[in-house]
Amino acid sequence: MAEFFTALTQYAFLQSAVVAGLLASIGCGVMGTYVVVKRIAFLAGGIAHSVLGGMGAAVYYGFDPLVGALIAAVLSALLIGWVRLQWQAQEDTLIGALWAIGMAAGILFIAKTPGYQTDLMSYLFGNILLVPEKSLWFMAALDALLLIIVGTYHRQFLAVVFDEEFARLRGIPVTFFYLLLLVLVAITVVLLIQVVGLILVLALLTLPAAVAGHYVHSLGRMMLLATLLGSAVSFSGLALSYGPDLPAGPTIILLAGAVYVISALATRAVARRKTRASLLDSVNRRRSA
Amino acid sequence: MNRTDNLIELRDVSFSYGGAPILENVDLQIREGEFLGIVGPNAGGKSTLLKLILGLLEPQSGHIRVMGKRPDEARQLIGYVPQYPNFPRDFPITVEQAVMIGRLGVRSRQSPLGNLYPGRYKTTDRSAARQALSEVEAGNLANRQIGTLSGGQLQRMLLARALVVEPAILILDEPTANIDQRLESDIFDLLKRLNERMTILVVSHDIGFVSGYVTRVACINRTLVCHHADAIDGQVIQELYGENVHMVVHNH
Repeated sequence: MAEFFTALTQYAFLQSAVVAGLLASIGCGVMGTYVVVKRIAFLAGGIAHSVLGGMGAAVYYGFDPLVGALIAAVLSALLIGWVRLQWQAQEDTLIGALWAIGMAAGILFIAKTPGYQTDLMSYLFGNILLVPEKSLWFMAALDALLLIIVGTYHRQFLAVVFDEEFARLRGIPVTFFYLLLLVLVAITVVLLIQVVGLILVLALLTLPAAVAGHYVHSLGRMMLLATLLGSAVSFSGLALSYGPDLPAGPTIILLAGAVYVISALATRAVARRKTRASLLDSVNRRRSA
Repeated sequence: MNRTDNLIELRDVSFSYGGAPILENVDLQIREGEFLGIVGPNAGGKSTLLKLILGLLEPQSGHIRVMGKRPDEARQLIGYVPQYPNFPRDFPITVEQAVMIGRLGVRSRQSPLGNLYPGRYKTTDRSAARQALSEVEAGNLANRQIGTLSGGQLQRMLLARALVVEPAILILDEPTANIDQRLESDIFDLLKRLNERMTILVVSHDIGFVSGYVTRVACINRTLVCHHADAIDGQVIQELYGENVHMVVHNH
Protein backbone atom coordinates (compact mmCIF):
# COMPACT_ATOMS: atom_id res chain seq x y z
CA MET A 1 0.00 0.00 0.00
CA ALA A 2 2.84 2.37 0.89
CA GLU A 3 4.25 1.57 -2.53
CA PHE A 4 1.06 2.95 -4.07
CA PHE A 5 1.27 6.25 -2.22
CA THR A 6 4.92 6.74 -3.21
CA ALA A 7 4.03 5.96 -6.81
CA LEU A 8 1.07 8.34 -6.62
CA THR A 9 3.37 11.28 -5.93
CA GLN A 10 5.65 10.29 -8.81
CA TYR A 11 3.53 9.16 -11.73
CA ALA A 12 1.10 11.39 -13.62
CA PHE A 13 -0.80 8.36 -14.93
CA LEU A 14 -1.70 7.33 -11.37
CA GLN A 15 -2.80 10.84 -10.50
CA SER A 16 -4.97 10.86 -13.63
CA ALA A 17 -6.43 7.52 -12.58
CA VAL A 18 -7.38 8.88 -9.16
CA VAL A 19 -8.98 11.96 -10.72
CA ALA A 20 -10.88 9.77 -13.20
CA GLY A 21 -12.20 7.68 -10.30
CA LEU A 22 -13.42 10.77 -8.46
CA LEU A 23 -15.05 12.25 -11.58
CA ALA A 24 -16.83 8.97 -12.30
CA SER A 25 -18.04 8.79 -8.69
CA ILE A 26 -20.00 12.03 -9.03
CA GLY A 27 -21.99 10.56 -11.91
CA CYS A 28 -22.44 7.21 -10.23
CA GLY A 29 -23.60 8.81 -6.97
CA VAL A 30 -26.10 11.23 -8.50
CA MET A 31 -27.55 9.17 -11.35
CA GLY A 32 -27.04 5.85 -9.55
CA THR A 33 -29.48 7.07 -6.90
CA TYR A 34 -32.18 7.61 -9.52
CA VAL A 35 -31.40 4.22 -11.12
CA VAL A 36 -31.78 2.46 -7.76
CA VAL A 37 -34.96 4.17 -6.55
CA LYS A 38 -36.63 4.02 -9.97
CA ARG A 39 -35.51 0.37 -10.33
CA ILE A 40 -34.14 0.75 -13.84
CA ALA A 41 -30.83 -1.10 -13.40
CA PHE A 42 -31.65 -3.49 -16.25
CA LEU A 43 -32.42 -0.52 -18.47
CA ALA A 44 -29.09 1.08 -17.54
CA GLY A 45 -27.40 -2.26 -18.31
CA GLY A 46 -28.96 -2.24 -21.78
CA ILE A 47 -27.69 1.27 -22.42
CA ALA A 48 -24.20 0.34 -21.19
CA HIS A 49 -23.82 -2.71 -23.41
CA SER A 50 -25.30 -1.14 -26.52
CA VAL A 51 -22.52 1.44 -26.23
CA LEU A 52 -20.01 -1.05 -27.64
CA GLY A 53 -21.70 -0.66 -31.03
CA GLY A 54 -21.01 3.07 -30.97
CA MET A 55 -17.43 2.62 -29.80
CA GLY A 56 -16.75 -0.01 -32.48
CA ALA A 57 -18.19 2.20 -35.21
CA ALA A 58 -16.13 5.16 -34.00
CA VAL A 59 -12.93 3.11 -34.02
CA TYR A 60 -13.72 1.73 -37.49
CA TYR A 61 -14.40 5.16 -38.98
CA GLY A 62 -11.52 6.77 -37.11
CA PHE A 63 -13.33 8.92 -34.53
CA ASP A 64 -12.73 9.20 -30.80
CA PRO A 65 -14.39 6.08 -29.31
CA LEU A 66 -15.66 8.14 -26.39
CA VAL A 67 -17.70 10.30 -28.78
CA GLY A 68 -19.08 7.16 -30.43
CA ALA A 69 -19.95 5.80 -27.00
CA LEU A 70 -21.77 8.99 -26.04
CA ILE A 71 -23.84 9.04 -29.24
CA ALA A 72 -24.74 5.35 -28.95
CA ALA A 73 -25.64 5.69 -25.27
CA VAL A 74 -27.93 8.67 -25.81
CA LEU A 75 -29.61 7.05 -28.83
CA SER A 76 -30.31 3.79 -27.04
CA ALA A 77 -31.55 5.65 -23.94
CA LEU A 78 -34.05 7.58 -26.07
CA LEU A 79 -35.12 4.45 -27.93
CA ILE A 80 -35.67 2.40 -24.76
CA GLY A 81 -37.42 5.28 -23.01
CA TRP A 82 -39.70 5.95 -25.95
CA VAL A 83 -40.67 2.29 -26.29
CA ARG A 84 -41.34 2.06 -22.56
CA LEU A 85 -43.68 5.03 -22.65
CA GLN A 86 -45.45 3.78 -25.80
CA TRP A 87 -45.78 0.01 -25.31
CA GLN A 88 -44.95 -0.90 -21.76
CA ALA A 89 -45.17 -4.67 -22.30
CA GLN A 90 -42.24 -4.96 -24.67
CA GLU A 91 -39.73 -2.98 -22.67
CA ASP A 92 -37.62 -5.86 -21.31
CA THR A 93 -37.45 -7.66 -24.66
CA LEU A 94 -36.28 -4.50 -26.36
CA ILE A 95 -33.64 -3.84 -23.71
CA GLY A 96 -32.36 -7.41 -24.09
CA ALA A 97 -32.25 -7.06 -27.87
CA LEU A 98 -30.46 -3.71 -27.77
CA TRP A 99 -28.01 -5.13 -25.22
CA ALA A 100 -26.97 -7.99 -27.54
CA ILE A 101 -27.24 -6.16 -30.88
CA GLY A 102 -25.04 -3.32 -29.61
CA MET A 103 -22.35 -5.70 -28.45
CA ALA A 104 -22.47 -7.81 -31.62
CA ALA A 105 -22.21 -4.74 -33.87
CA GLY A 106 -19.33 -3.40 -31.78
CA ILE A 107 -17.37 -6.63 -31.98
CA LEU A 108 -17.87 -6.84 -35.78
CA PHE A 109 -16.66 -3.26 -36.25
CA ILE A 110 -13.62 -3.83 -34.05
CA ALA A 111 -12.77 -7.12 -35.81
CA LYS A 112 -12.87 -5.39 -39.17
CA THR A 113 -10.80 -2.40 -38.04
CA PRO A 114 -7.36 -2.72 -39.61
CA GLY A 115 -4.30 -2.54 -37.38
CA TYR A 116 -3.40 -3.46 -33.86
CA GLN A 117 -6.44 -4.35 -31.69
CA THR A 118 -5.79 -4.23 -27.99
CA ASP A 119 -8.69 -1.97 -27.21
CA LEU A 120 -11.55 -4.47 -27.01
CA MET A 121 -10.59 -5.62 -23.51
CA SER A 122 -10.17 -2.08 -22.26
CA TYR A 123 -13.62 -1.12 -23.59
CA LEU A 124 -15.17 -4.14 -21.92
CA PHE A 125 -13.32 -3.94 -18.62
CA GLY A 126 -11.96 -0.41 -18.61
CA ASN A 127 -8.47 0.78 -18.04
CA ILE A 128 -8.34 3.48 -15.48
CA LEU A 129 -4.52 3.61 -15.72
CA LEU A 130 -4.68 4.69 -19.36
CA VAL A 131 -7.17 7.57 -19.11
CA PRO A 132 -5.67 10.42 -21.17
CA GLU A 133 -5.82 13.98 -19.86
CA LYS A 134 -8.17 14.94 -22.68
CA SER A 135 -10.67 12.38 -21.38
CA LEU A 136 -10.46 13.84 -17.89
CA TRP A 137 -11.66 17.20 -19.23
CA PHE A 138 -14.39 15.43 -21.16
CA MET A 139 -15.49 13.63 -17.98
CA ALA A 140 -15.42 16.86 -15.97
CA ALA A 141 -17.60 18.57 -18.59
CA LEU A 142 -20.12 15.70 -18.49
CA ASP A 143 -20.21 15.87 -14.68
CA ALA A 144 -20.81 19.61 -14.80
CA LEU A 145 -23.66 19.16 -17.28
CA LEU A 146 -25.17 16.44 -15.08
CA LEU A 147 -24.99 18.50 -11.90
CA ILE A 148 -26.43 21.62 -13.52
CA ILE A 149 -29.43 19.78 -14.97
CA VAL A 150 -30.14 17.77 -11.82
CA GLY A 151 -29.69 20.87 -9.66
CA THR A 152 -32.13 22.82 -11.82
CA TYR A 153 -34.84 20.19 -12.08
CA HIS A 154 -34.46 17.98 -9.01
CA ARG A 155 -38.09 18.60 -7.96
CA GLN A 156 -39.43 17.52 -11.33
CA PHE A 157 -37.15 14.46 -11.43
CA LEU A 158 -38.29 13.48 -7.94
CA ALA A 159 -41.95 13.85 -8.96
CA VAL A 160 -41.40 11.67 -12.04
CA VAL A 161 -39.39 8.90 -10.34
CA PHE A 162 -41.72 8.84 -7.33
CA ASP A 163 -45.13 8.72 -9.00
CA GLU A 164 -45.45 9.18 -12.76
CA GLU A 165 -49.24 9.32 -12.78
CA PHE A 166 -49.42 11.98 -10.09
CA ALA A 167 -46.70 13.99 -11.84
CA ARG A 168 -48.68 13.85 -15.09
CA LEU A 169 -51.83 15.03 -13.31
CA ARG A 170 -49.91 17.98 -11.92
CA GLY A 171 -49.06 19.01 -15.46
CA ILE A 172 -45.38 18.02 -15.37
CA PRO A 173 -44.15 16.98 -18.84
CA VAL A 174 -43.41 13.42 -17.70
CA THR A 175 -42.19 12.13 -21.07
CA PHE A 176 -39.68 14.96 -21.38
CA PHE A 177 -38.26 14.54 -17.89
CA TYR A 178 -38.20 10.74 -18.08
CA LEU A 179 -36.26 10.81 -21.35
CA LEU A 180 -33.95 13.51 -19.98
CA LEU A 181 -33.29 11.30 -16.96
CA LEU A 182 -32.40 8.36 -19.20
CA VAL A 183 -30.09 10.55 -21.28
CA LEU A 184 -28.31 11.59 -18.08
CA VAL A 185 -28.01 7.91 -17.12
CA ALA A 186 -26.50 7.30 -20.56
CA ILE A 187 -23.98 10.10 -19.99
CA THR A 188 -23.06 8.55 -16.64
CA VAL A 189 -22.53 5.18 -18.30
CA VAL A 190 -20.01 6.81 -20.64
CA LEU A 191 -18.26 8.42 -17.66
CA LEU A 192 -17.96 5.10 -15.87
CA ILE A 193 -16.77 3.18 -18.92
CA GLN A 194 -13.47 5.03 -18.59
CA VAL A 195 -12.96 3.56 -15.16
CA VAL A 196 -14.42 0.06 -15.13
CA GLY A 197 -15.44 -0.67 -18.73
CA LEU A 198 -18.93 -1.23 -20.01
CA ILE A 199 -19.46 -4.73 -18.59
CA LEU A 200 -18.88 -3.56 -15.04
CA VAL A 201 -20.61 -0.19 -15.30
CA LEU A 202 -23.81 -1.58 -13.84
CA ALA A 203 -22.12 -2.48 -10.57
CA LEU A 204 -20.70 0.99 -10.01
CA LEU A 205 -23.97 2.59 -11.05
CA THR A 206 -26.07 0.64 -8.55
CA LEU A 207 -23.94 -0.61 -5.65
CA PRO A 208 -22.81 2.68 -4.02
CA ALA A 209 -26.33 4.12 -4.26
CA ALA A 210 -27.86 0.91 -2.92
CA VAL A 211 -25.46 0.93 0.04
CA ALA A 212 -26.26 4.61 0.67
CA GLY A 213 -29.95 3.66 0.64
CA HIS A 214 -29.34 1.38 3.62
CA TYR A 215 -28.40 4.34 5.79
CA VAL A 216 -29.98 7.58 4.54
CA HIS A 217 -33.54 8.23 3.44
CA SER A 218 -33.69 11.12 1.03
CA LEU A 219 -32.53 11.36 -2.56
CA GLY A 220 -30.16 14.25 -1.84
CA ARG A 221 -28.39 12.45 0.99
CA MET A 222 -28.27 9.21 -1.01
CA MET A 223 -26.55 11.08 -3.84
CA LEU A 224 -23.99 12.62 -1.52
CA LEU A 225 -23.22 9.40 0.37
CA ALA A 226 -23.12 7.33 -2.83
CA THR A 227 -20.65 9.80 -4.36
CA LEU A 228 -18.42 9.55 -1.28
CA LEU A 229 -18.68 5.75 -1.27
CA GLY A 230 -17.94 5.61 -4.98
CA SER A 231 -14.86 7.78 -4.50
CA ALA A 232 -13.67 5.71 -1.56
CA VAL A 233 -14.18 2.44 -3.40
CA SER A 234 -12.50 3.56 -6.61
CA PHE A 235 -9.55 5.06 -4.73
CA SER A 236 -9.03 2.03 -2.49
CA GLY A 237 -9.59 -0.36 -5.38
CA LEU A 238 -6.88 1.41 -7.32
CA ALA A 239 -4.53 1.32 -4.32
CA LEU A 240 -5.19 -2.36 -3.64
CA SER A 241 -4.66 -3.38 -7.25
CA TYR A 242 -1.41 -1.46 -7.70
CA GLY A 243 1.00 -3.57 -5.61
CA PRO A 244 0.02 -7.05 -6.84
CA ASP A 245 -0.50 -5.67 -10.37
CA LEU A 246 -4.19 -6.65 -10.57
CA PRO A 247 -6.52 -5.09 -13.16
CA ALA A 248 -7.95 -2.01 -11.44
CA GLY A 249 -11.55 -2.15 -12.77
CA PRO A 250 -12.44 -5.62 -11.45
CA THR A 251 -10.69 -4.86 -8.13
CA ILE A 252 -12.86 -1.75 -7.70
CA ILE A 253 -16.01 -3.72 -8.53
CA LEU A 254 -15.19 -6.57 -6.14
CA LEU A 255 -14.58 -4.04 -3.39
CA ALA A 256 -17.91 -2.32 -4.12
CA GLY A 257 -19.62 -5.73 -4.17
CA ALA A 258 -18.07 -6.70 -0.82
CA VAL A 259 -19.17 -3.41 0.76
CA TYR A 260 -22.70 -3.97 -0.58
CA VAL A 261 -22.99 -7.56 0.68
CA ILE A 262 -21.64 -6.71 4.14
CA SER A 263 -23.88 -3.67 4.40
CA ALA A 264 -26.97 -5.58 3.26
CA LEU A 265 -26.33 -8.40 5.77
CA ALA A 266 -25.62 -5.95 8.59
CA THR A 267 -28.77 -3.91 7.87
CA ARG A 268 -30.88 -7.07 7.85
CA ALA A 269 -29.38 -8.28 11.10
CA VAL A 270 -30.02 -4.94 12.79
CA ALA A 271 -33.61 -4.86 11.50
CA ARG A 272 -34.23 -8.40 12.81
CA ARG A 273 -32.77 -7.59 16.19
CA LYS A 274 -35.01 -4.52 16.41
CA THR A 275 -38.13 -6.53 15.56
CA ARG A 276 -37.17 -9.19 18.11
CA ALA A 277 -36.47 -6.58 20.76
CA SER A 278 -39.80 -4.86 20.24
CA LEU A 279 -41.65 -8.20 20.24
CA LEU A 280 -39.94 -9.26 23.48
CA ASP A 281 -40.64 -5.83 24.89
CA SER A 282 -44.37 -6.07 24.25
CA VAL A 283 -44.50 -9.64 25.60
CA ASN A 284 -42.73 -8.57 28.79
CA ARG A 285 -44.98 -5.59 29.21
CA ARG A 286 -48.05 -7.77 28.88
CA ARG A 287 -46.63 -10.22 31.45
CA SER A 288 -45.92 -7.53 34.00
CA ALA A 289 -49.30 -5.92 33.48
CA MET B 1 -68.16 28.15 -15.16
CA ASN B 2 -67.80 28.86 -18.87
CA ARG B 3 -71.31 29.02 -20.30
CA THR B 4 -72.50 26.03 -18.34
CA ASP B 5 -73.86 25.34 -14.91
CA ASN B 6 -72.32 21.91 -14.78
CA LEU B 7 -68.86 21.58 -13.31
CA ILE B 8 -68.32 18.21 -14.96
CA GLU B 9 -70.21 17.03 -18.03
CA LEU B 10 -70.09 13.63 -19.70
CA ARG B 11 -72.15 13.25 -22.87
CA ASP B 12 -72.66 9.82 -24.42
CA VAL B 13 -69.23 8.64 -23.30
CA SER B 14 -68.04 5.15 -24.28
CA PHE B 15 -64.70 3.56 -23.53
CA SER B 16 -62.94 0.23 -24.02
CA TYR B 17 -59.36 -0.91 -23.59
CA GLY B 18 -59.60 -2.61 -26.97
CA GLY B 19 -61.82 -5.57 -26.05
CA ALA B 20 -65.28 -5.54 -24.53
CA PRO B 21 -66.65 -2.08 -23.69
CA ILE B 22 -65.95 -0.92 -20.15
CA LEU B 23 -68.33 2.03 -20.31
CA GLU B 24 -71.18 2.61 -22.76
CA ASN B 25 -73.19 5.76 -23.44
CA VAL B 26 -72.63 7.37 -20.06
CA ASP B 27 -74.38 10.71 -19.55
CA LEU B 28 -73.55 12.37 -16.29
CA GLN B 29 -73.66 15.97 -15.13
CA ILE B 30 -72.15 17.08 -11.88
CA ARG B 31 -72.87 20.49 -10.40
CA GLU B 32 -70.62 22.63 -8.29
CA GLY B 33 -70.72 21.76 -4.61
CA GLU B 34 -72.03 18.23 -5.04
CA PHE B 35 -70.74 15.27 -3.04
CA LEU B 36 -71.26 12.46 -5.51
CA GLY B 37 -70.89 8.82 -4.53
CA ILE B 38 -70.12 6.49 -7.43
CA VAL B 39 -71.04 2.91 -6.64
CA GLY B 40 -71.26 -0.32 -8.58
CA PRO B 41 -69.87 -3.83 -8.79
CA ASN B 42 -66.20 -4.65 -9.25
CA ALA B 43 -65.01 -4.14 -12.83
CA GLY B 44 -68.15 -2.10 -13.46
CA GLY B 45 -66.11 0.83 -14.80
CA LYS B 46 -66.00 3.12 -11.74
CA SER B 47 -62.25 3.71 -11.76
CA THR B 48 -62.27 4.03 -15.55
CA LEU B 49 -64.89 6.78 -15.25
CA LEU B 50 -62.61 8.69 -12.87
CA LYS B 51 -59.62 8.28 -15.19
CA LEU B 52 -61.67 9.66 -18.08
CA ILE B 53 -62.62 12.72 -16.02
CA LEU B 54 -58.94 13.17 -15.09
CA GLY B 55 -57.90 12.91 -18.74
CA LEU B 56 -55.66 9.90 -18.03
CA LEU B 57 -57.76 7.98 -20.57
CA GLU B 58 -59.56 9.24 -23.67
CA PRO B 59 -63.08 8.12 -24.55
CA GLN B 60 -63.64 6.34 -27.89
CA SER B 61 -66.78 8.37 -28.37
CA GLY B 62 -68.73 11.08 -26.64
CA HIS B 63 -67.24 14.10 -24.96
CA ILE B 64 -66.18 15.22 -21.53
CA ARG B 65 -65.90 18.78 -20.23
CA VAL B 66 -64.50 19.72 -16.85
CA MET B 67 -65.11 23.35 -15.90
CA GLY B 68 -65.83 23.95 -19.58
CA LYS B 69 -62.40 22.64 -20.63
CA ARG B 70 -60.86 19.42 -21.90
CA PRO B 71 -60.02 17.12 -18.96
CA ASP B 72 -56.26 17.34 -19.51
CA GLU B 73 -56.50 21.15 -19.42
CA ALA B 74 -58.64 21.22 -16.30
CA ARG B 75 -56.93 18.56 -14.24
CA GLN B 76 -54.50 20.92 -12.54
CA LEU B 77 -57.51 22.02 -10.49
CA ILE B 78 -58.42 18.46 -9.54
CA GLY B 79 -57.06 16.69 -6.48
CA TYR B 80 -56.90 12.92 -7.01
CA VAL B 81 -56.56 10.12 -4.47
CA PRO B 82 -55.90 6.83 -6.31
CA GLN B 83 -57.09 3.48 -5.01
CA TYR B 84 -53.57 2.11 -4.78
CA PRO B 85 -50.49 4.27 -4.40
CA ASN B 86 -48.41 4.26 -7.59
CA PHE B 87 -45.11 4.33 -5.73
CA PRO B 88 -43.05 1.70 -3.93
CA ARG B 89 -43.52 1.93 -0.17
CA ASP B 90 -39.77 1.76 0.43
CA PHE B 91 -39.06 4.89 -1.64
CA PRO B 92 -36.74 7.14 0.40
CA ILE B 93 -38.99 10.15 0.95
CA THR B 94 -40.69 11.79 3.91
CA VAL B 95 -44.42 12.42 4.11
CA GLU B 96 -43.88 16.17 3.86
CA GLN B 97 -41.71 15.88 0.73
CA ALA B 98 -44.22 13.54 -0.93
CA VAL B 99 -47.07 15.96 -0.19
CA MET B 100 -45.02 18.92 -1.40
CA ILE B 101 -44.79 17.40 -4.89
CA GLY B 102 -48.43 18.45 -5.25
CA ARG B 103 -47.23 22.08 -5.13
CA LEU B 104 -45.47 21.74 -8.50
CA GLY B 105 -48.78 22.13 -10.31
CA VAL B 106 -49.75 25.13 -8.18
CA ARG B 107 -46.55 26.96 -9.03
CA SER B 108 -47.03 26.34 -12.73
CA ARG B 109 -50.39 28.13 -12.67
CA GLN B 110 -48.54 31.27 -11.61
CA SER B 111 -45.28 31.07 -13.53
CA PRO B 112 -44.80 31.68 -17.25
CA LEU B 113 -42.25 28.85 -17.25
CA GLY B 114 -44.97 26.48 -16.04
CA ASN B 115 -43.61 23.21 -14.79
CA LEU B 116 -40.18 23.93 -16.21
CA TYR B 117 -39.79 26.34 -13.30
CA PRO B 118 -36.38 25.43 -11.86
CA GLY B 119 -34.96 25.31 -8.36
CA ARG B 120 -36.20 24.55 -4.90
CA TYR B 121 -39.49 24.60 -3.04
CA LYS B 122 -40.40 27.86 -1.30
CA THR B 123 -41.37 28.39 2.31
CA THR B 124 -44.96 28.86 1.18
CA ASP B 125 -44.92 25.39 -0.38
CA ARG B 126 -43.68 23.87 2.85
CA SER B 127 -46.30 25.64 4.94
CA ALA B 128 -49.02 24.61 2.47
CA ALA B 129 -47.89 20.98 2.86
CA ARG B 130 -47.94 21.30 6.68
CA GLN B 131 -51.39 22.85 6.55
CA ALA B 132 -52.77 20.12 4.27
CA LEU B 133 -51.33 17.48 6.62
CA SER B 134 -52.88 19.03 9.70
CA GLU B 135 -56.20 19.35 7.88
CA VAL B 136 -56.26 15.55 7.51
CA GLU B 137 -55.03 15.19 11.11
CA ALA B 138 -51.63 13.93 10.02
CA GLY B 139 -49.48 16.92 11.00
CA ASN B 140 -47.43 14.70 13.31
CA LEU B 141 -46.44 12.47 10.37
CA ALA B 142 -44.62 15.19 8.38
CA ASN B 143 -41.11 13.90 9.03
CA ARG B 144 -41.88 10.18 8.86
CA GLN B 145 -40.63 8.01 6.01
CA ILE B 146 -43.58 6.84 3.92
CA GLY B 147 -42.45 3.23 4.41
CA THR B 148 -43.26 3.43 8.14
CA LEU B 149 -46.90 4.50 7.70
CA SER B 150 -49.89 2.27 8.43
CA GLY B 151 -52.63 1.88 5.80
CA GLY B 152 -54.79 4.59 7.36
CA GLN B 153 -51.87 7.01 7.74
CA LEU B 154 -50.88 6.45 4.10
CA GLN B 155 -54.44 7.21 3.06
CA ARG B 156 -54.31 10.49 4.97
CA MET B 157 -51.02 11.35 3.27
CA LEU B 158 -52.55 10.70 -0.16
CA LEU B 159 -55.48 12.92 0.79
CA ALA B 160 -53.13 15.70 1.95
CA ARG B 161 -51.23 15.41 -1.33
CA ALA B 162 -54.51 15.92 -3.19
CA LEU B 163 -55.49 18.90 -1.01
CA VAL B 164 -52.18 20.74 -1.26
CA VAL B 165 -53.04 21.22 -4.93
CA GLU B 166 -55.76 23.68 -3.81
CA PRO B 167 -58.30 21.83 -5.93
CA ALA B 168 -61.78 22.88 -7.02
CA ILE B 169 -62.72 19.22 -7.39
CA LEU B 170 -61.58 16.30 -5.24
CA ILE B 171 -61.73 12.82 -6.76
CA LEU B 172 -61.19 9.73 -4.62
CA ASP B 173 -61.09 6.11 -5.73
CA GLU B 174 -62.07 3.76 -2.89
CA PRO B 175 -60.38 5.89 -0.24
CA THR B 176 -61.31 3.46 2.52
CA ALA B 177 -60.72 0.11 0.81
CA ASN B 178 -57.57 -0.70 2.74
CA ILE B 179 -58.38 0.62 6.19
CA ASP B 180 -60.60 -0.47 9.05
CA GLN B 181 -64.16 0.70 9.57
CA ARG B 182 -63.59 3.16 12.38
CA LEU B 183 -61.18 5.07 10.17
CA GLU B 184 -63.65 4.82 7.33
CA SER B 185 -66.11 7.09 9.17
CA ASP B 186 -63.26 9.43 10.12
CA ILE B 187 -62.30 9.86 6.48
CA PHE B 188 -65.89 10.41 5.35
CA ASP B 189 -66.51 12.93 8.14
CA LEU B 190 -63.47 14.77 6.87
CA LEU B 191 -64.75 14.64 3.28
CA LYS B 192 -68.08 16.02 4.46
CA ARG B 193 -66.24 19.03 5.92
CA LEU B 194 -64.15 19.48 2.75
CA ASN B 195 -67.35 19.41 0.69
CA GLU B 196 -68.16 22.86 2.11
CA ARG B 197 -65.47 24.32 -0.14
CA MET B 198 -65.07 21.84 -3.01
CA THR B 199 -66.96 19.42 -5.22
CA ILE B 200 -66.24 15.79 -4.33
CA LEU B 201 -66.52 12.57 -6.35
CA VAL B 202 -65.91 9.39 -4.44
CA VAL B 203 -65.93 5.82 -5.72
CA SER B 204 -67.01 3.20 -3.24
CA HIS B 205 -68.12 -0.41 -3.26
CA ASP B 206 -70.06 0.14 -0.05
CA ILE B 207 -73.36 1.54 -1.28
CA GLY B 208 -75.07 1.59 2.10
CA PHE B 209 -72.23 3.35 3.82
CA VAL B 210 -71.68 6.21 1.37
CA SER B 211 -75.36 6.99 1.02
CA GLY B 212 -75.26 8.38 4.54
CA TYR B 213 -72.74 11.04 3.51
CA VAL B 214 -73.16 11.98 -0.14
CA THR B 215 -75.66 14.34 -1.73
CA ARG B 216 -76.24 12.02 -4.67
CA VAL B 217 -75.32 8.52 -5.76
CA ALA B 218 -74.47 7.43 -9.30
CA CYS B 219 -74.54 3.70 -9.93
CA ILE B 220 -72.24 2.46 -12.65
CA ASN B 221 -72.27 -0.96 -14.21
CA ARG B 222 -70.92 -0.47 -17.73
CA THR B 223 -73.44 2.29 -18.09
CA LEU B 224 -75.12 4.70 -15.71
CA VAL B 225 -77.77 2.49 -14.09
CA CYS B 226 -79.27 5.11 -11.84
CA HIS B 227 -78.65 8.30 -10.07
CA HIS B 228 -80.75 9.64 -7.28
CA ALA B 229 -80.53 11.55 -4.13
CA ASP B 230 -83.09 9.36 -2.41
CA ALA B 231 -82.40 6.22 -0.44
CA ILE B 232 -81.10 3.18 -2.25
CA ASP B 233 -83.60 0.34 -2.05
CA GLY B 234 -83.42 -3.34 -2.92
CA GLN B 235 -84.85 -2.67 -6.39
CA VAL B 236 -81.94 -0.40 -7.33
CA ILE B 237 -79.37 -2.76 -5.94
CA GLN B 238 -80.83 -5.61 -7.91
CA GLU B 239 -80.77 -3.46 -11.04
CA LEU B 240 -77.15 -2.63 -10.39
CA TYR B 241 -75.75 -6.00 -9.44
CA GLY B 242 -78.21 -8.10 -11.39
CA GLU B 243 -78.99 -10.45 -8.53
CA ASN B 244 -80.33 -10.51 -5.03
CA VAL B 245 -77.83 -9.18 -2.57
CA HIS B 246 -78.06 -8.77 1.16
CA MET B 247 -78.51 -5.26 2.39
CA VAL B 248 -76.76 -4.43 5.59
CA VAL B 249 -78.10 -1.43 7.42
CA HIS B 250 -75.35 0.86 8.72
CA ASN B 251 -76.13 3.20 11.54
CA HIS B 252 -74.08 6.35 11.65
